[in-house]
Amino acid sequence: MSKLLMTRRRFLATTGCSVAAAPAMTPMAFASAPWDTRLVVLILRGGMDGLDVVRPIGDPAFAEARPTLAAGDGLPLDGFYTLHPALAPLHPLWEAGELGFAHAVSTPYRDKRSHFDGQDLLEAGTGFDVTTGATRDGWLNRMLQHVPGLEADTAYAIGREDLLMLAGAAPVANWTPGTRLDLSPQARRLFEMIYEEHPVYQAAVLEALDLTEDIAAAEAAAGAEEDDGAMAAMMAEASGNGAHMEMAEFAVERLRGDTRIAAFSLGGWDTHGKQATSLPKALRQLSDVINVMRVGLGPLWGKTGVLAMTEFGRTVRENGSHGTDHGTGGLMLTAGGALRGGKVYGRWPGLDEAALYDRRDLMPTEDVRAYAARAMEGLFGISGNVLSGKVFPGLDFSQAPRIVL
Amino acid sequence: MNFTPEIAAIRFGYGLSPHHAPPESVAAMVATLAAPDAMAQAWPIGSIDELYPEFQYLSDLKKAERNGDPDAKQKYRDWRAKDRARHAEMLRATVARALDAPDPLRERLTRFWADHFTVRGKGVSRLSVQRFVQDAIRPNLSVPFAEMLKAAVTHPLMMIYLDQDKSIGPGSAVAARNAEKGRRRGLNENLAREVLELHTLGVGGAYTQQDVRQLAELLAGMTLDLRKGVRFEPKRGEPGAEDVLGESYGGQKPQLSDIHAALEDIATHPDTAAHIARKLAVHFVSDTPPPALVEALRARFAETGGDLGAVTAAMLEHPEAWGPLAKTKQPYDFLTSGYRALGVSGAQLARLNLSKTRKALLRPMTLMGQPWETPNGPDGWPEDTAHWLTPQGLAVRINWAMTAGRSKEIELPDPRELVRTALGSQAGPRLEFAAQAAESRAEGVALILASPAFQRR
Repeated sequence: MSKLLMTRRRFLATTGCSVAAAPAMTPMAFASAPWDTRLVVLILRGGMDGLDVVRPIGDPAFAEARPTLAAGDGLPLDGFYTLHPALAPLHPLWEAGELGFAHAVSTPYRDKRSHFDGQDLLEAGTGFDVTTGATRDGWLNRMLQHVPGLEADTAYAIGREDLLMLAGAAPVANWTPGTRLDLSPQARRLFEMIYEEHPVYQAAVLEALDLTEDIAAAEAAAGAEEDDGAMAAMMAEASGNGAHMEMAEFAVERLRGDTRIAAFSLGGWDTHGKQATSLPKALRQLSDVINVMRVGLGPLWGKTGVLAMTEFGRTVRENGSHGTDHGTGGLMLTAGGALRGGKVYGRWPGLDEAALYDRRDLMPTEDVRAYAARAMEGLFGISGNVLSGKVFPGLDFSQAPRIVL
Repeated sequence: MNFTPEIAAIRFGYGLSPHHAPPESVAAMVATLAAPDAMAQAWPIGSIDELYPEFQYLSDLKKAERNGDPDAKQKYRDWRAKDRARHAEMLRATVARALDAPDPLRERLTRFWADHFTVRGKGVSRLSVQRFVQDAIRPNLSVPFAEMLKAAVTHPLMMIYLDQDKSIGPGSAVAARNAEKGRRRGLNENLAREVLELHTLGVGGAYTQQDVRQLAELLAGMTLDLRKGVRFEPKRGEPGAEDVLGESYGGQKPQLSDIHAALEDIATHPDTAAHIARKLAVHFVSDTPPPALVEALRARFAETGGDLGAVTAAMLEHPEAWGPLAKTKQPYDFLTSGYRALGVSGAQLARLNLSKTRKALLRPMTLMGQPWETPNGPDGWPEDTAHWLTPQGLAVRINWAMTAGRSKEIELPDPRELVRTALGSQAGPRLEFAAQAAESRAEGVALILASPAFQRR
């Protein structure tokens, strides 16, 4: 049972209470997470080129390495770095101290530069010593395993793909926005009837009906409140096919309720050619997602931290097709009112050829997991021992900056 | 608890069908496995060997591209399109076998063992996983487990998946040469670890990290040239003998026969017998199988030196294997048994093109959480009901059932008939009532296929 969703409906189904009694049960009857802060983790699949997103224009070698990609139209950050213009919608957050970055970070993954292995390692949160195939759970789930009494809907993996980061022994919820159960009243009645005899199946189907109704209700209510109106407008203007917005909107709805952790991934970062046109698409989606969260979460945004991580960075020199190839050191983006933004963290290693990793990639100077550890420590009060011992085995993050306000 | 034809068809096959009678007896089921593999003949899937010339061709194309051949890229794209079409064809053949087999026990066993020896495709052989299944799994369902183990472990796809192609003995000639050039490449333990942890003794088995390391050193000479197949290169092998689970293998000159000898011993280890017995019982009978059943399988495995035909027969012969249906079908089983219940034939499936194959098979499996050939890790798909019975998974199953019968390719059965042909006495009075109370034929069909009764096996 531990891995099953234990929500109100499920509880009723398994204990034999009738659904008619449901209104008498309030969510307060159940223990929820012992904290009120929110964490959103975004996996940027494909290897985001951090050097293009947060451009080190103060490094004399940068312009030379990027003859076409370093065009000087970046938005001002701190003098040394500028921001890719496609992230202009997020620039006000930088000024408000709600957007930050960590540069020259990476997982322990190095030489093979395979997306598949790199992402597995990023989500597993382990180091070199654990072979990829041996890893069966992810760091967010291992963190949850150390918080007793959590419910499944405390943490949501959103989207169809299996998120290794949230996989493991702790109960979590999975839902794919856009999953509908459009049943005629008669079909629904008959489904409820045939499921009634099978309690475990019944609990799951009621949960599904519940969730789809919740989601439909939230959609119907959108526009009724002022911030929802703003959110709806942003949804309408969203770039791309909209799947990213569906996931963001879904995350917002859940995080307004009992959910404290939401994770999903965004693709489109593998920019081997014509990066000047391909990267902005991915960046616009990322900025759509973050802005929808900011608007949709309203006052909760102040309690929220968003971490956007990628499996590795890309080559320092642009390649022969105006793109970049798989590299090593990369960039993490942070957003949210709970995090200390307005700053580019990280120790800059320089772009002289001798300073590069393998004479081609940005040298990683910090472990990206150290920032995730600081976020969990600061947002949820998870102890350093648990973080270094279990969540990220063997990680020393004592030198990492405290990014939570 | 005794053999019943309905349970036999649902638990050990892909469910009831309007075209095929359920198995008559355990003896008939066992005889099915001994008979020639008619389904593989009717719906062939090729061997990886057939692709070696193509991999050579791709390698030549790469060279040509570097030398400025303007057509090379397009030729590569053409090959990829052909490969995708073949991949869909292999999926259709796999499902067609399950639809057309009078008793698809062999198909279920093939899926079980393919999952036990999970491989995921990588690189140019990415879409060739069913060739691995055809080569290493399918012919070995009724032979000593050692034969299947050797075939799986030494198959190119397994070697690529678990990085054996990159492993080099730390004391080998090749390692010494690499060191001179400043390259740091060496032993990769991935395959050795999974052989002990997943494929044989099991994670609780009596092996240590030292055994993993020693087995990895023993395996080190085995490598792969995708244009030619698996090769043994003594220069990559680790000199000297290796001790695995208390036995010594190999001498000064590394050779393939030492690897085979070790795998044969590991295959009949007592912990292997226990691990395999439990896995079979969990997969076919219950997430928490009756201990007597597991013990019977373990004992038969031990007595027969791991004869898989005998172990399968022991399962079918055991009274505890015939209890009420207790498992939840995984998405692949659910879809396949759904089409079988609707009376879809292999020939109908074979007529689907790539895009219709996506719609009928690939997309529903993905939406239900079991994208074809892409489990998370070498441990394969989870077994437990809790994993598959999620609200979203169930919602997708219901949605699929609402539309499955509305496809142009399928003649919609009368729900009142379908409830009998698909479930027999397993339906129960409520479902029988619901099937005829639905507002439309399609809804009636959906109620049956998405019912808890139909999702159990």
